[in-house]
Amino acid sequence: MKKTVFLSSLAVAALATGMASATTLEDVQARGTLNCGVSTGVNGFSAPDANGVWQGFDVAVCRAVAAAVLGDPMAVNFVPTTGQTRFTALASGEIDMLARNTTWTFSRDVDLGFTFVGVNYYDGQGFMVPRELGVSSATELEGATVCIQTGTTTELNLADFFRVNNMSYEPVPIETNAEAQQQYLAGACDVYTTDASGLAATRASFEAPGDHVILPEIISKEPLGPVVRHGDDQWADIGRWTLNALIAAEELGVTSANLEQMAAGTNNPEINRLLGSEGSLGEMLGLDAEWARRAIAAGGNYGEIFAATIGESTPIGLARGLNAQWTQGGLMYAPPFR
Amino acid sequence: MAIDSGAPKESFRLSMLLYDTRYRSITIQIFALFMLMLGAAWLVDNTVRNLAALGKDFSFDFLWNTSGYDISQRPLEYDSTSTHSRAAIVGLLNTLILAVMACATATVIGVVAGVLRLSNNWIVAKLMTVYIETFRNVPVLIWIIVTSAVMSESMPAPRDFRGEDATASMQLFDSIAITNRGVYVPSPLFERGLPDLTLGSLALSLNAIAFLVVVIASIWINRRLVANATRVQNETGVRPRTWWKSLLILFVPAIALLVALGFHLEYPELRGFNFSGGIQMRNSLIAMWIGLSIYTAAFIAEIVRAGIMAISKGQTEAAFALGLQPGRTMRLVILPQALRVIVPPLISQYLNITKNTSLGLAVGYMDLRSTLGGITINQTGRELEGMLLMMLIYLAISLLISGVMNYYNNRVKLKER
Repeated sequence: MKKTVFLSSLAVAALATGMASATTLEDVQARGTLNCGVSTGVNGFSAPDANGVWQGFDVAVCRAVAAAVLGDPMAVNFVPTTGQTRFTALASGEIDMLARNTTWTFSRDVDLGFTFVGVNYYDGQGFMVPRELGVSSATELEGATVCIQTGTTTELNLADFFRVNNMSYEPVPIETNAEAQQQYLAGACDVYTTDASGLAATRASFEAPGDHVILPEIISKEPLGPVVRHGDDQWADIGRWTLNALIAAEELGVTSANLEQMAAGTNNPEINRLLGSEGSLGEMLGLDAEWARRAIAAGGNYGEIFAATIGESTPIGLARGLNAQWTQGGLMYAPPFR
Repeated sequence: MAIDSGAPKESFRLSMLLYDTRYRSITIQIFALFMLMLGAAWLVDNTVRNLAALGKDFSFDFLWNTSGYDISQRPLEYDSTSTHSRAAIVGLLNTLILAVMACATATVIGVVAGVLRLSNNWIVAKLMTVYIETFRNVPVLIWIIVTSAVMSESMPAPRDFRGEDATASMQLFDSIAITNRGVYVPSPLFERGLPDLTLGSLALSLNAIAFLVVVIASIWINRRLVANATRVQNETGVRPRTWWKSLLILFVPAIALLVALGFHLEYPELRGFNFSGGIQMRNSLIAMWIGLSIYTAAFIAEIVRAGIMAISKGQTEAAFALGLQPGRTMRLVILPQALRVIVPPLISQYLNITKNTSLGLAVGYMDLRSTLGGITINQTGRELEGMLLMMLIYLAISLLISGVMNYYNNRVKLKER
């Protein structure tokens, strides 16, 4: 009996760490679909719409990569993951990339064996409380019960924040955003904490969003970005430069409206290189010349995706803030396409 | 001098391994063992290779690093600067607390339900049938989540207790507060308490130990007293009056100790966002406790019923013929025999409860699975090490429980001489 348990555990471990010998790009192309890990449902970032089609800011990154690699933005198999399961799913090869508001940290990048291909949203951890509590600052939260998604960096930031400010609190660990929302609305916790963007997205789905305030303190840096496995540099490059193509497209004024016209050739050589009418950037990546064109056509440039999914005109209503282009005082800065 | 047996000595041929029944079974066993070892070697090799491919090593050093996360229910001193190993121990203690609570409650409910299902009262028997069939045929996770949802959705929030027009109030002379974050009960405190005994990183409460020692000692003395009375009765036929001596021995020393230590209760009080003071039984603990208890109790009820029905009717009739009353018949004749049938399957129910505590993750109960197997693995990326360690711990607990229960079973089982 003991031996069987040991053997089956090893079997599980072996399966979990089993890796295909071919490169990720070859695997994806042979399969014809991209397996993309997303959240179990955060409005605006990744959630299925009424027709069951995944929509959102993180989903758009998956679609752009699928368009660049496979030529079809809809050729994505979305795998919902929780904070706890996401890294195992990626490490085991169940998903090819993870676009699930995942914070770029040293230990995840170095020790867990992942590669962050960039940042698609600069975020920070915030607190949301019911307005009737009359709390105006996170430093007034002494003794509060805090709902928190387990397996995230927010869990660690929260512990640090309360320790530094010499306050006590009662953590209520929760597996998914939906459960956290239910617990928070039922009053089982006073405070819900997660990334500020997630709070805004969650609040937007409440019946009475006005009854809840997001406190002014942002207690951490949360650069969120897509993640791939360590060790396949070509695949990491594809992810990194697809994201950069979306950001650069906004900077260069390439939109889904003028894409075809610009792809025919412009007098700006960088646009020409980006869209493939000049140079051979696509080949260097192991793709064809029009990869970036398809990626931008999938959902528009970075600014268009932002505006359509989480921008100020949507119920989520997030301002660009840090996520504006560097020319607009933000941090979005794509390296040159050269 | 050698004796010739007469039969020609047949030399060993290789084909005999397969065709000679004397050797065949050994051949097959060795072959099977070889295949098993080959399979194990392949798995180990595969694991090692894939770990190398991922650039990961196999090490338990992470256990001594700072954990960085907080745990709500802490039987031990713990904060976010403690190590992962300490977080694992806190989780293990939470697992054990829950397992003990659920085993005790499930046994009580199970025995009552099992006996009542055999009742001659039609309504009682049918009610118990409905209870047993409903609860054991719905997955335990559903019961846990239902209990948790009922607690968090239908109980008042702490802030409802505040102010002049409070919509909720405390129960039992303002001593117990039932909220959607858990139940707050008064906690025992000692004004002139003894200091805690510190053993390494473990702090033991000397107050509790002293109280336990006194209670156990009084119970032991009381048993001596009763045994003495029985002896006198056997010799003289007159039983000495012992009830007031028993009362004195059982209660006076314990009460005297409590008074000497300055015992008082600390009542929960609404302060800030939450109640403070008293003992908080969190929603997650209550949901797990109730969920596991009522589910497993349904199985235990069936085991108890089977045990009682296994005792032949003749035993009851014989006891009645001797003039024993129904209660004493059950207690002295039926149950001791039924225990022989009940205990072995009961062991596996206790093991089930202990293993099912790992469902705590679903309601955020910080057991071993949620600390070591959840947050620690997630923050350190040591899935293989964490899972192996966790399996080892669960295995050890289970073997310990079945060891203890087997010892008990050996004591109650039929003595064959």
